[in-house]
Amino acid sequence: MRTYKQVFSETKTALVPFFVIGDPDLQTSLSIVKASIDAGADILELGIPFSDPIADGPTIQKADIRAAKNGMNVKKAREFIGKVKAYKDIPIGLLMYYNLVYQYGKEKFFEDFARAGVNSVLIADLNINDADEIIEPARAAGLETVFMATPNTRDERIKQIASKTTGFIYAVSLLGVTGSRDKLSGLVEGFLNKLKRLTKVPVCVGFGISKPEHAASIAKLGADGVIIGSRIVKIIEENLGSKDKMLAEISKFISDVKKTL
Amino acid sequence: MKHTGRFGTYGGFYVPEVLMPALEELEDAFYRFYQDEQFSQELKQLLKSYAGRPTPLYYAKRFSEQVGFKVYLKREDLLHGGAHKMNNTLGQGLLAKYMGKSKLIAETGAGQHGLATAMVGSLFGFDTKVFMGSTDIVRQSVNVHKMKLCGAEVIEVEGGTGTLKDAINEALRYWTSTVSDTFYLFGSVCGPHPYPTIVREFQTCIGKETKAQCLEQLGRLPDLIVACVGGGSNAIGIFSSFIDDKDVRLIGVEAGGKGIKTREHAATLLKGKVGILHGAKSYLLQDEEGQIYETESVSAGLDYPGVGPEHCLLKDSGRAEYVAAEDTDVLDAFELLCKTEGILPALESSHALAYLRSQKGKLDGEAIVVVNLSGRGDKDVGIVEQCRPAG
Ligand SMILES: Cc1ncc(COP(=O)(O)O)c(C=O)c1O
Repeated sequence: MRTYKQVFSETKTALVPFFVIGDPDLQTSLSIVKASIDAGADILELGIPFSDPIADGPTIQKADIRAAKNGMNVKKAREFIGKVKAYKDIPIGLLMYYNLVYQYGKEKFFEDFARAGVNSVLIADLNINDADEIIEPARAAGLETVFMATPNTRDERIKQIASKTTGFIYAVSLLGVTGSRDKLSGLVEGFLNKLKRLTKVPVCVGFGISKPEHAASIAKLGADGVIIGSRIVKIIEENLGSKDKMLAEISKFISDVKKTL
Repeated sequence: MKHTGRFGTYGGFYVPEVLMPALEELEDAFYRFYQDEQFSQELKQLLKSYAGRPTPLYYAKRFSEQVGFKVYLKREDLLHGGAHKMNNTLGQGLLAKYMGKSKLIAETGAGQHGLATAMVGSLFGFDTKVFMGSTDIVRQSVNVHKMKLCGAEVIEVEGGTGTLKDAINEALRYWTSTVSDTFYLFGSVCGPHPYPTIVREFQTCIGKETKAQCLEQLGRLPDLIVACVGGGSNAIGIFSSFIDDKDVRLIGVEAGGKGIKTREHAATLLKGKVGILHGAKSYLLQDEEGQIYETESVSAGLDYPGVGPEHCLLKDSGRAEYVAAEDTDVLDAFELLCKTEGILPALESSHALAYLRSQKGKLDGEAIVVVNLSGRGDKDVGIVEQCRPAG
């Protein structure tokens, strides 16, 4: 199975699109993910819809609602991942809210999703203070660990986060929730430099990255990967009437970004 | 963090990393100031001269005759703003001032916490934003007007069912982008640490006064203490002083909505399963998979699928008992207090009164029951009129 490490060693800056599994429906979602792989995605970041996504802005909230309405759930998401892996061996990071993992049973969740083919499970509402609740079952299942750091995270904490991370640090570029932004966060340069100074763990930058130019700047600053969520999910939202156009625009956007990296 | 923020295994601070610095700063400030002499004096003075503490413990004689035992009302409904919420907003508002913050945000369900925050915001000259679900804005419109009059901006939240849970989601989201200069004034004993501890501490004045008043007026402690439970702050406030008095039964009354055999209620402790929401581990109303249910109650203030972590512990240990009151019984109890005492209780508080009616003939005639009358019902007159056209 392809690892993050392989991707980081083979690409200068990995392109990591984010999708809500099952958005807008299971079949279309699978086509979207396949198209994004064909267009140049190096790693996939995938979310399972949750009723109360407090780290997400309106675009991803709506995607959660669309997917849930059309029947997506944790079990189907696991099958979905199997199908993606059958299409191509691409590393997959899951992005979760804790309650879904907790209700499934932590150990079983990590085991089942590792078997389905994910490389890591990042839990948005579990920070480094409680990392020990998930590190052991995650490692036992053979998963990498990924945690978030934000521009307001103190140096000591960054070191702590780095010491518990094996996959990559998910560096949030801004203070806020997910969502497209016109401009790249003014905090990102200083933050990335600080991360590079304090740790050797790979860093992928996400939240608010919305244009090929943003991705290019992030790449220039030396990030190992760039994560693009809301901007792509917005293409789904804007093209619900035409699946062909939706797929074409997503492919185009991803290959446009890919060219800048 | 210096403390775990746990009540048994419940509580904690399950929040995105971005909020951690703000919660650490808040924890630090709270433990630094709340026992500080100057802070305590200032808060005490405000509670007295601005909010109207102490509130009376009133013997409701004619209501007692109806239920067949002695009922005393802890009159938080007489507090400035019309509910116990002011105890907490004055405490946290003062804390915000000591921390040098000038912007407040808050969530609100019934609008009582939002109003109490708006009042404190104008008292201290803060810029205040209150997040409120769209359903609640309609059913508690009087409070929306009052908040605006006090200078707060009321931000309508559309998501979900437009109730308290959705307001908290949106307030948390807003806070992640404003953490550096904004104080989140949380309204109940839930949410991430340190809120359950902070709100508890600022609400203990209810219990302390009640205990002293019982000893002074009755010469003994009550047999029962009854309070409604939404997030659980008015209940914790009054329970806190009696937890070690094992002969005093503590009863929390949840929102039974259309009945706890249906899905349309908010009886979290009775029907929930342990999970994680809004930063804390607690009982939650949720489906098999962990998706949070939308709740239902005639009272906006109890319409929430989570509950404070300390209540979860009190339930597990058996120290407190939890029951539910259904909407129709709540409306009956509301009317009974109006008719027998000339006191309009909040629909939230009417849940506690409904439990008393259910105990008619079950409790001894000499039993002394204290009810935390957490708020007044002016805000609910429209809803009651709709459900039960008068006369
Ligand atoms: C009068 C009144 N009582 C009770 C509550 C419920 O909150 P808690 O359970 O935190 O006391 C509210 C909430 O809005 C309220 O307005």
